[in-house]
This record gives sequence, C-alpha cells and structure tokens, in this order.
Amino acid sequence: MSRLGSTPSQTVGPYLSLGLPWPDGPAVVEDGTPGAVWIRGTIIDGAGTPVPDALVETWQADPNGRFDHPDDPRGAQPGFRGFGRCPTDDNGEYAIRTVLPGALPDEAPHIDVSVFARGLLHRVVTRVYFPDHADAHADDPVLAAVPEERRHTLIATRTEDGYRFDVRLQGAGETVFFDV
Amino acid sequence: MTTSAESGLILPRYRRDPEGTHPPLDSPGYKSTSLRHPKQPLVLLPHKLTEVTGPLLGPGRLGELDHDLTRQHPEEPQGQRIIVHGRLLDGDGRPVPHSLVEIWQANAGGRYKHVWDNWPCPVDPNFDGVGRTITDNEGRYEFVTIKPGAYPWKNHDNAWRPAHIHFSVFGRAFPQRLVTQMYFPDDPLFSQDPIFNSVPDEKARQRMISRFDLGRTVPEWALAFEFDIVLRGREATPFENEEEDA
Repeated sequence: MSRLGSTPSQTVGPYLSLGLPWPDGPAVVEDGTPGAVWIRGTIIDGAGTPVPDALVETWQADPNGRFDHPDDPRGAQPGFRGFGRCPTDDNGEYAIRTVLPGALPDEAPHIDVSVFARGLLHRVVTRVYFPDHADAHADDPVLAAVPEERRHTLIATRTEDGYRFDVRLQGAGETVFFDV
Repeated sequence: MTTSAESGLILPRYRRDPEGTHPPLDSPGYKSTSLRHPKQPLVLLPHKLTEVTGPLLGPGRLGELDHDLTRQHPEEPQGQRIIVHGRLLDGDGRPVPHSLVEIWQANAGGRYKHVWDNWPCPVDPNFDGVGRTITDNEGRYEFVTIKPGAYPWKNHDNAWRPAHIHFSVFGRAFPQRLVTQMYFPDDPLFSQDPIFNSVPDEKARQRMISRFDLGRTVPEWALAFEFDIVLRGREATPFENEEEDA
C-alpha cells in the first residue's frame, strides 16, 4: 500500500474560541459524580504572562484504568468520555472537571494533555500526574525518561476542590513536553 | 504492533512524520512563537494505552445545520458560496470513518465574528463561520460555506493572511489529533505568509492547499474545493492482525 504524507499542523490562531470550545467541554464527568475533582491551571508564556488564547484538551482512562476504545487490547469499556476541552479565559486559566484516572498495567495514573494556542504552530503535549500516587511514580516508565529535576512540572498540586496544573510554555520551570 | 514488555499487551504504534512535515515550534517569522515555544528538548513519548486510544466523538456533538454555514441564520451570508469536501485518511490511505471534523473561518470580507477582531471590515450578521460534521463510512466529509477573505494582521509590515479555513480533526487515536488550515489554490499571498511557510517541506506545504473541483461544483449554485486530510499511519509489523482494518 502506498504511503501518504501527513497533512502539516498549523496554529489555531487567535480566534480558536469561535470553533473549538463546547458548552460541555470542561465536563469530563457530570456535576455530582462521586470523586469528581476540578483540575485548574494557567497557561503561561516565556515572559510569565498568562495566555488568554489557548485551548487545553485532556484524554484519560476511567477510574479503573480502562478506555472506551476498540484499540485497547483489554476490550473497550463503554460509557466514559475520557475527553475534556477548555479554552483559557482572559487570565489564561482553564478548568476541567473529571475523576482521577486509574492505574494502567505498567504506568502510574496520568492524563494526557494537549495545549493549542496562537503562536503554537503545533500543539504541545504534556502529562498530568497526581501527588496521591507518589509511590507509583518511581516505577513509571514515562516519568523515568524525564530528567529528574524537571519531573515536578508534570505533577499536579492539591487544591481545595481538586488539583492545580499550570503549564509554562517557556523559560524558568518550563513544563516538560513530549514528542508523541 | 509492539508488545509492552511490562504488561504483555500488544499495542499499535503510530509512525512518526518525516522531518519537515510540521512547522518548528520556534518559527521566528511568525512573531507570536517567540515567547510561546518551548526551549527544552521534547521527551519521546512511547505509545502506550493512553496514546493508542483517543476520543471517538460521535453524532451527539452535531446540530442539524452544523455542516452548512450558509443556513445557520434566517438569511444567507454574503460572498461566494462553496462546497468544501474531502476525505479523512491515515498515512496508508485508509479512510478514518465516523470521526469529528470541526472548522472555523472568517467571512467573505476576511472578518472573524470574534470580539478581538476589529479591523475595518464589516461583520456579516448571517455568518458565524463555525461548522462541524462527522466523516461517513468512507471517511468523507462535506461542508457548504462561503469562501473566506484574506485579512491583514500585524505580524510584519503590510502582512496579510492568505484566505484559509481552520480544520480540527481527531482521527482514532491521540497521536493523530491535528489542527491545520486549508488554503485555496494559487493564492498570491502565500509568498509573504510566515504561517503557511512555516512548514519546511515544500511537498508537505502543498498538502495544505485545496484543489478546485469542477466536477463537484453545482451549476447555478456553488463552486467546489476538495481537501483530503492525512493523519499519521500505523507501523506495519508481522504482528498486524485484522484489527488493523477495523
């Protein structure tokens, strides 16, 4: 079969909030779901300025570590959307309501995160890990590939209603980004 | 397919694109990249369970007229009516069926219906510039819309964006997620546009340009442009099984 070259990525531009947000985007789970938490954070540029024209997308396993997807060789577990999406507001902040993902066969619980923005010609990808699973972090193969002094950028901090996960695109404390 | 040694699970793996396919995050010609591109090297992410899966977003996300941007208001928008259609494919030419396609764009004069867009060109009260659809069994999608206009921006002296439509697609797994822009053939503004030219590979750049499609024009009604979107394919290995064609 002949191979086709991929279509290149382009920036979402400054007007992404026309086309990408959904009213229910931030709600990976409904209000009142047992164990629901808010993951909140600010997207920050290299000058320390919040980014008001960004979009955060999240993808994660359900609390049992399963996905509603046919390519999961353990079988699809229907019913959990697993996907969240939230544009940043004027203060560069986003918020996603979800439940903690379960552990995967050889990985600590985590959420994959994409950030799109004006000035990003390609999304940047990172992961959120949680302070609750510090023991599992020692054995996580993805964390192990990250320089130790930068691992903390991938671990959310606790807040009153969930967690905080800020994304620093550039400069001091730059978040670890992955080549997917 | 690869076997994850620790878990024993056999997982697909998505091919990485050749150098030059996508723009470097640090593209000095596009000024907004300067404070927003990471300076540390990216860390290679293996394709594990979270990466070989992804949101499969279905018809529940669509309104009845989301695919027709000319019928979302009581009256029709100004401008050249066009059909934009194509296929969502993976790198082996396989269709990606039942997958969400989202678009947004400026109106015929080049003005977005956005509070931050205030250049002197009128908003069209009959045009929001936002569309959504789902690919069919063969990965096909189709929108009816208005040909967007070019518009000025302040990136460099007398800078103009070539006319374009923003496309957002998911494919079936996390590595296939793509946001791009569809351009129109023979646009004289390509040469001065740092966003279009941020793609280093000339052939890859051409893949962002739609094709004028005379065969799909509708007489007395609309012109047509064809735009296929290609997402990363999977690694082929001896362990491939029927799931590959699912």
